[in-house]
Amino acid sequence: MRPETLIPLMVLLPLLAAPAIFALPKRLGEVWAWALFIALLNFAVAVAVVVFAYLPAPGSDVSRLAEGGFFLAGAGWPWLEDFGLRVSFGLDAVSLWLVVLTALLMPITILASRSAVTERYREYYMWLLLLEAAMIGTFIATDVIFFYVCFEFTLVPMFFLIGIFGSTQRLKAARVFFLYTFTGSLLTLAGIIYLAYFNAAHGMGDAVAVLSQLRGISEAEALAWLQTQPMYETVGRWTFDIQALTATAQTLMSPSQQGWLLAALLAGFAVKVPLFPVHTWLPLAHTEAPTAGSVILAGVLLKLGTYGLIRFALPMCPEAVVNFAPYIGVLAVIGILYTALVCWVQKDVKRLIAYSSVSHLGFCVLGLFAIDATRHIGQSGAVMYMVNHGLSTGALFLCIGMIYERFHTRELAAMSGLGRVMPVWAFFFVLFCLASVGLPGLNGFIGEFLTLVGAFLATETLGIGYAVAAGCGMILGAIYILYMVGKVVWGPTKLPEAHNHNHGGGGEAGDEGGHEGGADHPPAARRKLDLNAREITVLTPLAALCLFIGLYPFPMLQSLDKPVMTLTRPASEVVAARVEARAEAERDQAEQHLQAIERDVAMQQRQQPSTAMNVAPMGGPSSPPLPPGEGPGVRADSDGARAPTPTPALSPTQREPQRPDFQTMADRGEVGFGRPPVTSPHPNPLPVGEGAGFSEQVAR
Amino acid sequence: MNPMVEKLGGLVPEIILLIGAVACLFLGLMRTAGARRVTPLVAGLALVASILIPSLWHTLAGEGNAAADEQATGIIALLHMGLADTAFATYVKLIVAAIGLMLLLVAVRAPEQLPQTEETESGRAPFDPANTARGEFYAFFLLSLTGVMLCASADSLIWLLLALELTSLPTYIMVVTTRDRAAAQEAAVKYFFLGAMAVAMFLYGFALMYGAAGTVQIYAPAHAPDAPSIHGTISALRMAGEPLPPEMLVGLILAVVGISFKIAAVPMHFYTADVYQGATTPVTAFLAFVPKTAGFVALTILLAAVGWPLPPALAILLWVMAVLTMTVGNVLGLVQNSVKRALAYSSIAHSGYMLIGLIVGMSLVAANGGAGGGGGGGEDGLVLVEITALQNGLAGVLFYLVAYGVGNLAAFGVLACLRSRGEEADTYEDISGLRHRDAPLAAVLLVAMISLIGLPPLVGFIGKLYLFAPAFSTGEVALVWLVVIALLNSAISAVYYLRIAAAAFFGEPEAPIEIAPSAARRTGTTLAGVLTIIFGLFAGAFGLTTLANRAVDLPITLWPQATEQVEDADAEGQ
Repeated sequence: MRPETLIPLMVLLPLLAAPAIFALPKRLGEVWAWALFIALLNFAVAVAVVVFAYLPAPGSDVSRLAEGGFFLAGAGWPWLEDFGLRVSFGLDAVSLWLVVLTALLMPITILASRSAVTERYREYYMWLLLLEAAMIGTFIATDVIFFYVCFEFTLVPMFFLIGIFGSTQRLKAARVFFLYTFTGSLLTLAGIIYLAYFNAAHGMGDAVAVLSQLRGISEAEALAWLQTQPMYETVGRWTFDIQALTATAQTLMSPSQQGWLLAALLAGFAVKVPLFPVHTWLPLAHTEAPTAGSVILAGVLLKLGTYGLIRFALPMCPEAVVNFAPYIGVLAVIGILYTALVCWVQKDVKRLIAYSSVSHLGFCVLGLFAIDATRHIGQSGAVMYMVNHGLSTGALFLCIGMIYERFHTRELAAMSGLGRVMPVWAFFFVLFCLASVGLPGLNGFIGEFLTLVGAFLATETLGIGYAVAAGCGMILGAIYILYMVGKVVWGPTKLPEAHNHNHGGGGEAGDEGGHEGGADHPPAARRKLDLNAREITVLTPLAALCLFIGLYPFPMLQSLDKPVMTLTRPASEVVAARVEARAEAERDQAEQHLQAIERDVAMQQRQQPSTAMNVAPMGGPSSPPLPPGEGPGVRADSDGARAPTPTPALSPTQREPQRPDFQTMADRGEVGFGRPPVTSPHPNPLPVGEGAGFSEQVAR
Repeated sequence: MNPMVEKLGGLVPEIILLIGAVACLFLGLMRTAGARRVTPLVAGLALVASILIPSLWHTLAGEGNAAADEQATGIIALLHMGLADTAFATYVKLIVAAIGLMLLLVAVRAPEQLPQTEETESGRAPFDPANTARGEFYAFFLLSLTGVMLCASADSLIWLLLALELTSLPTYIMVVTTRDRAAAQEAAVKYFFLGAMAVAMFLYGFALMYGAAGTVQIYAPAHAPDAPSIHGTISALRMAGEPLPPEMLVGLILAVVGISFKIAAVPMHFYTADVYQGATTPVTAFLAFVPKTAGFVALTILLAAVGWPLPPALAILLWVMAVLTMTVGNVLGLVQNSVKRALAYSSIAHSGYMLIGLIVGMSLVAANGGAGGGGGGGEDGLVLVEITALQNGLAGVLFYLVAYGVGNLAAFGVLACLRSRGEEADTYEDISGLRHRDAPLAAVLLVAMISLIGLPPLVGFIGKLYLFAPAFSTGEVALVWLVVIALLNSAISAVYYLRIAAAAFFGEPEAPIEIAPSAARRTGTTLAGVLTIIFGLFAGAFGLTTLANRAVDLPITLWPQATEQVEDADAEGQ
């Protein structure tokens, strides 16, 4: 079997298993076990893919991952040849880690669902597996419409997971979730079709003409350059191949066309992320969804949005991205701060975590749009953040779900001091909370730190103001999470009234043993309340990964370096061109200034009197810089630089400074940037009673 | 050969259907109960035969091989089966026969379940021809389908008018005879009078067109005895390169507005909800597909006569109609309490989407200069042209007719299978909790809803892609906005489609749901649901999209050949 077949296998396996599981005959054993088996099998396939990723491709001595670009890409199957539609697939490091995350979370959620879902479980596992197929399909697609098909199809299983298995407001939540995200992504579809049309409408002749005009080179040169590009094969034809469309969009589209494309893409992806003004579907959906739904929603589905942004928006419309990055950055920062404040006043733990997702994904978007001329720290950080947020927030939802199974409440006011009753649970909960807050040494820190550094360094698009504001968001994040932890885990022990003796759930009543307990909770009951072996199994891998990535993120970061650079390069080049153009304009102006002065001086020397007055402006400030992007030679310069080196355009000399820079920043961050409220493991920063009162006041 | 005989040669399917209709009429009134019972079977056989016999004849006569050049392999060969003169008509006949067969399966027990028919058929009462609706129902069913097929072959205004009326007149009767409710009578009367008004309107339009062109011939028949001449047809007017005479334009506008009754488009959509609700559900399924297909076929033929890009007045009219139709349909669909009415409004909305394809049409001046337009010619009037599928708005319409046809049929079919409180299922409460009662039907309903929403990977999505992408390929901003409006409309429509799906899956049964004891109806419904999935996943593998693209030879038979002929004529003249 060739390794290429492994990738579609990850989609086909759950896709075909789903109906089989639904129709599984009783005598073949438990549906739950089969679903778990399929999910584990899929995870094994994903691991195999990772192994292949680290092996060199035949006829090459670097690993596939290190080569950058799509690896293990298969031509796939034709779907609609007429339309140029193919089911084609491939992976790069960005999608690889997200696929692994998906394949990892799925068996974990299935394992966690065992006691939570006791009726209509056939449907439940069928929808879960279909969801897995759709999510992995989204990440592996190298055809835009195939991507879109999977992207949209995730809505259907999720609609049913929320609508059937959710809590009280599930119908509303399911409908709001579906309609909100569906509406946004329809506009994305319009953008995709527009782009494909644009590609088809520009024949090779057009491409040559536009290129030669844009770059000020002769048509022969333009043609020669085009022949080195993958788009040479596809321009002027209907195709939905991601690389072909990306090449067309970034080279042939005018800034305003790119702007429209970006708007269309954002319409779908920003809703999915969700970015600040369109985030309102998320708390409802997260809160009402069953535990597994929330885990998948927070862990993977939100990342479809950020993945779309980095896969499509950044490389396809670089000019527009640079133009609009400051505004999108503002939205992201507002999202970070606003939802952090909203988190603070939540009374429902699950809702709190849901809102914290919005806040955290704000960092992600901030990092994605932190376009810098030479570096891509923000984008690498954003991808790290996607994976890490999936791990830690997914785990938090699992923890909350375990509480809900025991007490049937998620009210913050109803529980406190669970740490004494459920020490194992408390251990995991605190760990994941700290990871979510961004404690150095745990995984959340890496992404958060890198995105902030990215925003800080990208002076051309975002800059220090954004970084500082988002940094405040981190502090707020620490406050609300730690406040919640302090209340729930420490503080005087108070178990919810609703605790009604069936904490183990129907499926496991046997190994749970007796259900004594009640108001005074003798030690035996306390031990029973704590996590059982299955639940510990659920949380342990996540905790281990949080720790591992937190302590040793470099393999992952390293693997992300090349693909992220490929995706960011066009936008970086735009920024670089602007910086250069501005510098040149300033130089020109200074020269003109100098010449004028020299002329003046010369004139004055001829007419001796009144010298002093004319020389006065010499020391004055230089005239204001040109507005960005208006420099006359912008495109010509950047493209001139790019033309001879089609693949990684940044020359070694350009890239060299980036490494040490980045490293020292990271080191400095480890040591110097640690934030007191997080690093000091002070268990209970606020007296609980007062804290609750305060939060209620704010809520009012 | 005699031109009349030549013409009839392309109408074999219609002739067979007509014979079938007459046979049904007789069988339905036979004295022996057994003979009466086979009426639906005869109707089904007639539908199958209408496609099979001419194609077999064609193949056996050896004509098929001559036409089948290397491009006409696989499914494309379907268009060379000798069903009609043009690939366009062949395609329409194929889909009408295929979906007609499923409609028949769904409709099978519609006339039999009437109380008076049941009484007669059960043998409790002596046979009374006045008390049974069986014969005329199946006869009219076939006659109406004959009308659609005739529409597709129409090459003159008179023919088109008669074919359209042959499609509609039987439906009035089908509405009234299959349900013993006052609502059905009301629906039929409303349908009939409004329909008559619409006919008057487009007949007046046709008259004006005749006045302007001096002929009723729309395009030259492919089998004209001597060299087919573009001169003396309506399409010759535009050919001259001059603006259309005003009376021609007015005539076209009146015709378009009149025919919009058939497709249930604004401003002639008022009857839709009442009639669809009043008719018995299988008949509603019929109404939602058959007259609509006839309307779109007629509009395509008329618009092809003036060619694309359309004259501005016509384009603006259609643009406004499209926007209003889809918006009115979807917004009113939101507020309905009856599933049938919601689906009626959804059918209005889908007409709005399909109008986009008509506006885009198939411009032979391809957007990128030279990608389309060229092409190899086949013999016997079938011209195969290499035009990119996604530049062909008409192909989008033709494909969407199938996509909408199967999705809509599945939805109405499920409703037709259900009864609640002794009545046909109608409201959301009636289908609430369907999952508990009958999971397979609920699944079919879900598939239909997802397809109608346009969610991938079902056929509805591909249909929408096929309709909307060509609109982009014209490069016109107005059309791009039209697509954006259409996409937002799909989002609105998702609200009520989801409500239907949610009622079936999340709701609790409020009244016991009875399942109609008709295996045929169930089969038809399930078949439609399965096709919705298969056509979505394997549309490419089956070449359905290619088929639709190749089927649009109508404007091409009108244009390039004609252009050549005009040029040839000029050259000879000099």
